[in-house]
Amino acid sequence: MLLIRCPYCEEERPELEFRNAGEAHIARSANMAGESDDDFEKFFFIRSNPKGIIYERWRHMHGCARFFNAVRDTVTDKFVMTYKAGEPKPAKLPGVAK
Amino acid sequence: MKKYSVFAIAREAMRGHKGWEEQWSSPEPKKEYDVIIVGAGGHGLATAYYLATVHGITNVAVLEKGWLGGGNTGRNTTIIRSNYLYDESAGIYDHALKLWDGLSQELNYNVMYSARGVMMLAHNVHDIQVLKRHVHANRLNGIDNEWLSPEQAKEFCPPLNISRDARYPVVGAALQRRGGTARHDAVAWGYARGASARGVHIIQNCEVTGVKRAANGAVMGVDTTRGFIGAKKVGVVAAGHSSVIMNMAGVRMPLESYPLQALVSEPVKPVVPCVVMSNTVHAYISQSDKGELVIGAGTDQYVSYSQTGGLHILQHTLDAICEMFPIFTRMKMLRSWGGIVDVTPDRSPILAKTPVPGLYVNCGWGTGGFKATPGSGHVFAHTIARDDPHPINAPFTIERFRTGRLIDEAAAAAVAH
Repeated sequence: MLLIRCPYCEEERPELEFRNAGEAHIARSANMAGESDDDFEKFFFIRSNPKGIIYERWRHMHGCARFFNAVRDTVTDKFVMTYKAGEPKPAKLPGVAK
Repeated sequence: MKKYSVFAIAREAMRGHKGWEEQWSSPEPKKEYDVIIVGAGGHGLATAYYLATVHGITNVAVLEKGWLGGGNTGRNTTIIRSNYLYDESAGIYDHALKLWDGLSQELNYNVMYSARGVMMLAHNVHDIQVLKRHVHANRLNGIDNEWLSPEQAKEFCPPLNISRDARYPVVGAALQRRGGTARHDAVAWGYARGASARGVHIIQNCEVTGVKRAANGAVMGVDTTRGFIGAKKVGVVAAGHSSVIMNMAGVRMPLESYPLQALVSEPVKPVVPCVVMSNTVHAYISQSDKGELVIGAGTDQYVSYSQTGGLHILQHTLDAICEMFPIFTRMKMLRSWGGIVDVTPDRSPILAKTPVPGLYVNCGWGTGGFKATPGSGHVFAHTIARDDPHPINAPFTIERFRTGRLIDEAAAAAVAH
């Protein structure tokens, strides 16, 4: 089981309190009805599914209930960092080469 | 290839078993092949086998980063069934089921396919409605599936607890008698032996690190840890790593990879005569011929390539098993493991041509690919050989996520996701 740091509660809590909410930083169109089929497919279905660093959303379901973002290595399952929803995608990651 | 038979066993017994030959050869990779298959699991090896036997294409290499059958082929719970809801799914899974019947004879290799029946339990009114809908839909598609009362379910599987006091009482069950299990390793080995005997090169410990494309976009071959290998046709059959390989060719996929766990108990005398599945409490169980209870759990909730998964997922499944079979509460579990499964948004596989000429993909089998192995290989070989899908896999395109023609088994695949 993962230990996940909620950036709102500022505490590391067990995974059971959280729901994974999929890849982060996928912007929803302001004009969904006007989206082309290609763009809708990219938004709705296509995922980067990286072997390595992933940017993903979590929700602290059984805590503060808020959504936040996390950076995790999908090979080791170790979290690099978590940050609040709405904050920009971090350009530099602590402790990660490249 | 020397044929296996009772006479071969007798002959070898007479001479100290010195005449058995290697089941497949391990040649050095050539510079170029007609077709490269990425991934020597069941699906990839079956594809190579049918390319050779059905389409006469034998200048084929199957590249495997680890050892043959060491991925999800060796990690699944070996359940075979075809009781899927939609016509497209019924078509492909029942195509596979028909090939399972007779596969040992075809391959001259005992894959131990055992049609011992797959029984799916209903625990509430909703389950009854869903499973009865499946029974009717399956019968319309010519697939056997029948409804059982709790008493009939217990008669079919005596250790099952049908007490009305159970936390999730059994209120009925759907039974596919043709469903069952097979020996997963033997499937990979049998296809490998058959393909190798016809000239297919199986190259293990050879990881694909890049996909080379020509100026016109078409595939030229793959970079590997053993150098560049050329081919005008490349079939990607890499399970949880399919999107990683496809990314090398510049194709982004509608896939996410999750850990899926399974576990086996200490071996005991025969006690579970069939496969029992429960979607509501989420557990699958059967008994291997060695006597171990083989138990399948669910996926973790996050993308991962770690082949482990969380302990609480196993605990949840064992809670359900103990609820359904109180007789097993004192059983010891021997081993547990994880595999990485690639899941599509509609929970149906992709077996198709790709936007890249010469590149084909067979992926997205999610949590239930083993059962489809022969059918998947058969129609994927057709797709590669003819550069055109077989009617059975024609609906399983990548483009369906753009056109919206989904095969939405997500809520209907008769397993909980």
